[in-house]
Amino acid sequence: MSLLADLGLEQEPAPTHPVLELRGAARTFPGPPEVQALKPTDLRIERGDYVSIVGPSGSGKSTLLHLLGLLDRPTAGEYLVDGIPTVAASEDERAVLRGESIGFVFQAFHLLDRRTVLDNVLLATLYSGVPRHERRERALAALDRVGLSHRVDFHPGVLSGGERQRVAVARAVVADPRVLLADEPTGNLDTVSSAAVLELFDELHGEGLTLVVITHDMSVADRAQRRVRITDGTLVEL
Amino acid sequence: MSAATGVRTRAEVHARDRFGVRDLVAEAAAGIGTRPGRLLLTILGTVLGICSLVVTIGMAQTAAGQIARQFDAVAATQVVIQPRTQGWGEGPALATIPWDAEERMLRLNGIEHAGAIADVSIGEVSISAVSVRDPSAVATVQPIVIGATGGLLDAVRGTVTTGRFFDSGHDARADRVVVLGARAAARLGVHRVDRQPSIFIGERPYAVIGIIDGVARRGDLLDAVILPLGTARADFGVDRLAQVHARIAVGAGPLVAEQAPVALDPRTPDGFEVQVPPTSSLVRERVQGDVNAIFLALGAVALLVGGLGIANVTLLSVMERTGEIGLRRALGATRRQIGAQFLLESVVIGLLGGLIGAALGVGAVVAVSVLREWTPIVSTPMVIGSALLGGVIGLLAGVYPALKAATIEPIAALRSTA
Ligand SMILES: Nc1ncnc2c1ncn2[C@@H]1O[C@H](COP(=O)(O)OP(=O)(O)OP(=O)(O)O)[C@@H](O)[C@H]1O
Ligand SMILES: [Mg+2]
Repeated sequence: MSLLADLGLEQEPAPTHPVLELRGAARTFPGPPEVQALKPTDLRIERGDYVSIVGPSGSGKSTLLHLLGLLDRPTAGEYLVDGIPTVAASEDERAVLRGESIGFVFQAFHLLDRRTVLDNVLLATLYSGVPRHERRERALAALDRVGLSHRVDFHPGVLSGGERQRVAVARAVVADPRVLLADEPTGNLDTVSSAAVLELFDELHGEGLTLVVITHDMSVADRAQRRVRITDGTLVEL
Repeated sequence: MSAATGVRTRAEVHARDRFGVRDLVAEAAAGIGTRPGRLLLTILGTVLGICSLVVTIGMAQTAAGQIARQFDAVAATQVVIQPRTQGWGEGPALATIPWDAEERMLRLNGIEHAGAIADVSIGEVSISAVSVRDPSAVATVQPIVIGATGGLLDAVRGTVTTGRFFDSGHDARADRVVVLGARAAARLGVHRVDRQPSIFIGERPYAVIGIIDGVARRGDLLDAVILPLGTARADFGVDRLAQVHARIAVGAGPLVAEQAPVALDPRTPDGFEVQVPPTSSLVRERVQGDVNAIFLALGAVALLVGGLGIANVTLLSVMERTGEIGLRRALGATRRQIGAQFLLESVVIGLLGGLIGAALGVGAVVAVSVLREWTPIVSTPMVIGSALLGGVIGLLAGVYPALKAATIEPIAALRSTA
């Protein structure tokens, strides 16, 4: 059987791997009481997909995103990034894979207030193997990409919410990840700023970036080309 | 499988571009540099600890150098005994040194060599190397004349340049022999004794049997014509001894000071003035040692407090920067990289404290030395070692916070600072 599986893998051409793939992956938090935050789930996210995941509060959205972002391990099933199984991988291997493959945008931005905008973006290049001599150039390019060339030496504390989230997006894309994961990226933003960030996502998607955006806001979810609804830990493709 | 190898090659190609020592140092420096106010408070304990350590050791080294300079092997083993005089200056002597003082002294424990000395008055006659008095000769400064026992040379650490020193036989027979101090010999034109030259004191010839030099304690002996004591008594009517010199074992000073006057004259031991090596330096050293121990203990306590301070602040900083740690982990940092960053921050803080403390310590030692006109002695390895000790303390203090930082779960960290 393992021979067959091996053969199957050998014959399968590389490009057909989904970027991210959950195979019966589940996440239970041991109690008491035990919480099955994510029921066994199959999900394939292909290269260039723009997927939104919607669901009510407590439905398991963040749990799913943490699994997809290699920040957490499923308690059952397998999770593959670019065809590489990750469940049995060591913490260090997962950290390296995370640095190279995943870009995060958080609802709370998570910028270092004591470092400049440029430093914040450079931070993502430190752990992801971006060639040393390209780091600065690429960070500046990423900031240019999100329209913040004029804020490079500012500290995040003086930026508007929308600007901060754009810094976070620049940081998420600077290391050229396989996929950008966003958890409620517009949750802290007014409509104008939200629109600017979503505009940016559309552009990045247009350039071929794979995006997974978690939101409870249907108007945000509607921007995506694929929509997945999660209710009580169960995924349904819309 | 092909995809897996693909990722692995990607990882290998960029190996040198991974998070390395340079990045680690830069991040640690940034972590410290963004909180300068806190940095000052954090390093204070280490600064004080290292500073007191350097001051203590530096002052001990300086004092040791100072004592070594003052410590004179000659002075430490040399004893001089002379009769006290009544009142100031030239009153009558309160005691008399017996003629057999040398033997009496040698019977005491701790005395290695002894010799007695008497001043000789030769009146108006002159001393010359020729018997015929030449009135046209330029009047020169007369050498002094003294009488001595055979043991004097060794007692005052003299050396014989040529010939020999007289012995108790010459003394007992009152032989007309002399030994010349090196400068006196030069002045009299006597350079060799193998042809038995004579000098004349007045009209009387005396055979020169030796020339001495290197008299450490009584430099005036170099300008002297030295007669055996018996000769001095017979020819010049010397009626008393002026001084007894002795060379003693190191540390025998107090004992000799107590016993020598009694040995010389049991009836009037208080009539002698005994100059023994100062024993106070021993006491001083012992006191110095106690002071050093106290300062070292204080320094150690300060270092302990300093280390705890660093540990405390680093731990605080870890807790405060939980969000940053979660973020770094999300960006691909491994546990080890997180731990190393906080450990390095702690080491740098400790090292900084060590450097500042060592510099202040050296400054303090130099300042004290200048005030007391000492030569500051601070060994470079000690200073460098002290500064590095600060780093070691930072390292030790950073272990626990670093482990704590490394075990922070990224999810919890990201959630905690929403
Ligand atoms: N560490 C944990 N231990 C126990 N239960 C947990 C833990 N983390 C999450 N849960 C539970 O799992 C369920 C899903 O949580 P999750 O954070 O994924 O929800 P969510 O969809 O992101 O909600 P929201 O929209 O409010 O962010 C919730 O019922 C939550 O209480
Ligand atoms: Mg959530």
